[in-house]
Amino acid sequence: MKRPFKTRVRTLKIDGIDVGAREDETILELAQENGIFIPTLCHLEGVHDIGACRLCLVEIKGTSKLLPACMTYAEEGMEVITDSERLTAYRRQVLDLLFSERNHVCAVCVSNGHCELQWLAEKLGISHVGVPYLYPQLPVDASHSFYTLDHNRCVLCARCVRVCDEIEGAHTWDVTGRGVECRVISDLNQPWGTADSCTRCGKCVQVCPTGALFSKGKAVAEMTKRREFLPYLQQMREGRR
Amino acid sequence: MYERLEEITLAEQESTARFSHTVNVCMAAGCMSSRSDAIKDALTKEVEANGLERWCRVRGVGCMGLCAHGPLVSVDTDQSAETLYQYVTPDDAPAIVGALEGPPVERLHCPTNVPFFQRQKKIVLENSGRIDPERVEEYIAADGYTALIKAITEMSPAEVIDEIIASGLRGRGGGGYPTGLKWTTVAKSEGDTKYVICNADEGDPGAFMDRSVLESDPHRILEGMAIAGYAIGAGQGYIYVRGEYPLAVARLKTAIRQARRVNMLGSGIAGTQFAFHVDIRLGAGAFVCGEETALIASIEGKRGQPRPRPPYPAEYGLWGQPTLINNVETLANVAPIIRNGGDWYASLGTAKSKGTKVFALAGSINNTGLIEVPMGTPLREIIYEIGGGVSGGGQCKAIQTGGPSGGCIPAEFLDTPVDYESLAALGSIMGSGGMIVMDESASMVDVARYFMEFCMTESCGRCVPCRVGTVHMHNLLDKFSHHEAAPRDLVLLEKLCDMVRNTSLCGLGQTAPNPVLSTLRYFRHEYIAAITEEAADLYAITPAPPTSRNGATQHAPAQEVAS
Amino acid sequence: MNGKLKLATVWLDGCSGCHMSFLDIDERLLDVAALADLVYSPLVDAKEFPEMVDIALIEGAVSSEDDYHKIRHVRAHTRILVSLGDCAVTANVPAMRNRFKVEEVLDRAYFENATLNQQIPVEVIPPLRKQSIPVHQVVAVDVFVPGCPPSADIIFYAVTELLAGRTPDLRTRTHFGA
Repeated sequence: MKRPFKTRVRTLKIDGIDVGAREDETILELAQENGIFIPTLCHLEGVHDIGACRLCLVEIKGTSKLLPACMTYAEEGMEVITDSERLTAYRRQVLDLLFSERNHVCAVCVSNGHCELQWLAEKLGISHVGVPYLYPQLPVDASHSFYTLDHNRCVLCARCVRVCDEIEGAHTWDVTGRGVECRVISDLNQPWGTADSCTRCGKCVQVCPTGALFSKGKAVAEMTKRREFLPYLQQMREGRR
Repeated sequence: MYERLEEITLAEQESTARFSHTVNVCMAAGCMSSRSDAIKDALTKEVEANGLERWCRVRGVGCMGLCAHGPLVSVDTDQSAETLYQYVTPDDAPAIVGALEGPPVERLHCPTNVPFFQRQKKIVLENSGRIDPERVEEYIAADGYTALIKAITEMSPAEVIDEIIASGLRGRGGGGYPTGLKWTTVAKSEGDTKYVICNADEGDPGAFMDRSVLESDPHRILEGMAIAGYAIGAGQGYIYVRGEYPLAVARLKTAIRQARRVNMLGSGIAGTQFAFHVDIRLGAGAFVCGEETALIASIEGKRGQPRPRPPYPAEYGLWGQPTLINNVETLANVAPIIRNGGDWYASLGTAKSKGTKVFALAGSINNTGLIEVPMGTPLREIIYEIGGGVSGGGQCKAIQTGGPSGGCIPAEFLDTPVDYESLAALGSIMGSGGMIVMDESASMVDVARYFMEFCMTESCGRCVPCRVGTVHMHNLLDKFSHHEAAPRDLVLLEKLCDMVRNTSLCGLGQTAPNPVLSTLRYFRHEYIAAITEEAADLYAITPAPPTSRNGATQHAPAQEVAS
Repeated sequence: MNGKLKLATVWLDGCSGCHMSFLDIDERLLDVAALADLVYSPLVDAKEFPEMVDIALIEGAVSSEDDYHKIRHVRAHTRILVSLGDCAVTANVPAMRNRFKVEEVLDRAYFENATLNQQIPVEVIPPLRKQSIPVHQVVAVDVFVPGCPPSADIIFYAVTELLAGRTPDLRTRTHFGA
C-alpha cells in the first residue's frame, strides 16, 4: 500500500552507496533503480505488495528485525544492507522450504528454463534441498479451455490473485485453507473452467512465476511468459484517473 | 452528570433491599457447561415452592474463579459472610434452600478462607461473580460507568492519557507494550476518523481470561472502550470476538443495548457532545486473527491475513485510519484506573510491570480456574498456594506460560516473580495469561510438538517460513517424540527455529519456535534421549580414514548435515 | 597400483541419462582416464564395489531396498560422494510416485498396463521402499551436480576439478532441471 504523502526526497545508504529516493519509494524499487539485486518472488510491478515470500528481507541499521524491501519505505538516513551471509542463508532456506513444499519436478515442468523459482535457486546457489520433501498429493485443474492450473508447482505468491483483482478487476482467484493446506481457488472453489467471473484474459498465467499456470498445449520447457504489459496497464489507468 | 447513575443505583438498591438472602449461581461458560442453568431453575423453583421469594432472590452471576470445583453457587446474607457451595447439582437445590438460615450444607461447602481466595487481588475481576452480567443496573450499582463520566466531564483527553501513562499499564494481550504510549501515538496520528478495537479473539489453548471477563462483566469493556475513544478522538469501536464464544457475544449484545438505553453509549453520552458507538464483529475460528493486522483485515471483510508492520495500526489501521487496538484485559483495567487514579494502579506490581494480571490455571494443578494476582507474585505462590499444588501428588516439572508463543519454565525457577521482564529472561513470555502446570510425567518434546502442531494448523499460509517451516519443525518433533531422531535432525530443528523466528511475517511465525527453543534450553537431554543409535547410525556412515597420498584428502570430510 | 585415483559410478533409480551424459564427454574421457581408473560402474565389468574408492558419482534416487543398501555400502567405501543429476539430488521423476502407495504403483505397472502375464514380480526385482528420496536424505553427500542430465561439459568440469583435488563450484553453472 502506498502512503499518500506529498513527495519529498530522502537520502539514505544501500550497501554503503549513497542514494536519493522519493519518500513513497520502497527499498526494493530503489535498489532496482540503482542496479542492486534483491531476490523477490511474490513482488510484481504493477500490483500491491504483500511481503509474503520473505526473499527480499534486508537488514536495516538500528533495527534488529529483518524487513521486507518491497514494503519498507525509504527514510532519511537509513542504512540498508541487502546482502550478508545471514540474509543469504535465510533466502536459501526460504527456497529450500518452497522446493520441499510441493512437487517441483523441474525436469518435466512446462516452465523448465523459464521459471523464476528455478532461476532464483541457481542465482542463490542452491545445489540441493536441505529439508525432506513433503510430497503432497495435489490435483491439476485442466477444466479451463485455454489454460491449466497445476497445484504441484504453485508457490502461493498470490500474484494471480492480485493481478486478477487489481488489474483485470475480475477477482476470479483467491486463496483458501490455512497453512500448508492453502490452495489457490477460482470463484467459489470450483473448477476453473466453470468460473463465470474468469474473462480468459490470461494475465494470471503470464504473471505466474512458475509452471503452476500455463497455456494448454505447451510441453516441457515450452511455456515462456511475458509480463511487460503490467506496469504499462497500471500506468495508463492511473493516468486516466 | 452523575445523577442518572445515582438514580439507577438508588433504584437498584431499593429493589434489592428487601432481599435478606441472595443465591448466586455461576453462569459463566465453565459452570454453564455443567448445567448451572438447570441449577438456577431448580433453586428458583425451590425458593418459590417454599414461599421464600419475598426475601430470597436467585440470580445468575459471572465467573467465581474456582472452575475446577464447579458448578459453583454462593449465598449472600445480610448477617453472615458469604457461603460458597461447590460441585452443585440441580438435586442439591432443596438442601441449599433449606440451609439458608442455618449452618451451610456441609457436604457441598467450599471453604473460602484458603489462599485461592485470600491471596488474590481483584481489579479486572472485581465484579466477576458478584454482579449479574446481564443487568446494567448491577454494574452501575457497583460504581460502573462513573469512570466514563469522570473522564468525559472532568478530564481532557490528554489528562485521560496521562492517567493511563501514570498507571504504567502495559498490553495484556501478550506484547506488554505500554498502553499509554499506544494511546498517545493514536491520539497524535493525523486523521478525522479513528477507531478503537477491542481484541477479544482469545485463541491460546487453555486460556479463558478474556472469555470470563466478557461473560462476567461485559460493561467494563464497553466503558473502557468509550474512555479510550474519548482519549484518542474516536467515535466508533469494534469488539472482535471469536465465534466460539457465543455466550460472550450474547452478553455483549445485551450489554451494548443496555448501555445505549442508559445513554452510556451512542450519541451525546451523559448529556455531553461525546458520541461513541460499539459494534461486534465475529471471528470465524482463525487464531491468526488475534494478530492486529490480520484482525483488521478480517473486520474489513477480507481474508484474515497479516501484513508487515510498519506502518502500525496506530497510524494506518482499520480502513486505513488510525486505530487503537487493545486486548480485553487491558481495556478492563481502564475504568478502575480512571476511577482510582493512575498512581493507585502503579502502586501495585513491580517496577516495570504494574497492576495485576489474570491467569488461567490449567494442567496438573488442583485449583484449575481463573485467578488475578499482583504482578511480581512468585510462580511458586501461584502454583502451590493459590493453585493448591500439583494434582495427583506429583512434582511440578515445568510451567508453560504464554501459549503457543511462550515457553516452558522449569521447576527450578519457581521463585521467579511473574512479570514481563522476568519471564522473557527465562525464554518465555507473559502472553495473554495461560499457565499450564506439568508434572514429572510430561514429556517436554511432546509439549513442544503439541504447540508446533497448533501453529502449523493455524498458520495463515501467507509467508513461506511460517507456512512450510512449521510443518518441517512439526515433522522433526514428531520424530523426536517417536524416538526416531538422528543427530542431524536436532541441528536442522535448531536451524529452522532460528529461520522461522527471524524471517516470518507476523508474530505467529516469529514466536512459533519459542516452545521448542525453551524446551531445548532447559530440557535438551530429553531431545538427546530421543536420538536413537539406529537412526544416528543411518547417517553417520563415513569412509575409513584416507590411506593413500592423493589430493582428494584435501576435501572436507562428509558433512554431518547436508545443506 | 599405478598411482591413479579410483573413480566409480553407481546407478540407482534413474534413467541412465546421467551415465550417457558422462559418456558424452567423448574424447575427453581419455583425459579422465589419464588421471583415474574407473574401478566400478555399470560401464565396466567389476561386480564388487572396491574396498575404497576416491570419487563415486551416484546417478539416481534411492527407491528400492537394493538402492538403500547399495548407497550405504558405497558411502562406507568412498571418500568423496557425488550426487550426479537431479534424480540423485532431488529424487526428481522417480519421486513422482511418492504421492501414491507402493501397491498402487505396482498395480499400475504390472496389472493395469500389462497385457500379458500379469503378476507382481517377487524374485530378482528388489522391493520398493515407501518413497523415492534423494541420496543426501540417506547418506552424507559431498558434492551435488544438479541437472537432468547435467551436461557433458559440467560433468567433465566437476570430475576434473575433483580429480585435481579441488571442490568444483557448480552453483551458478547448472540448476535443477538443466
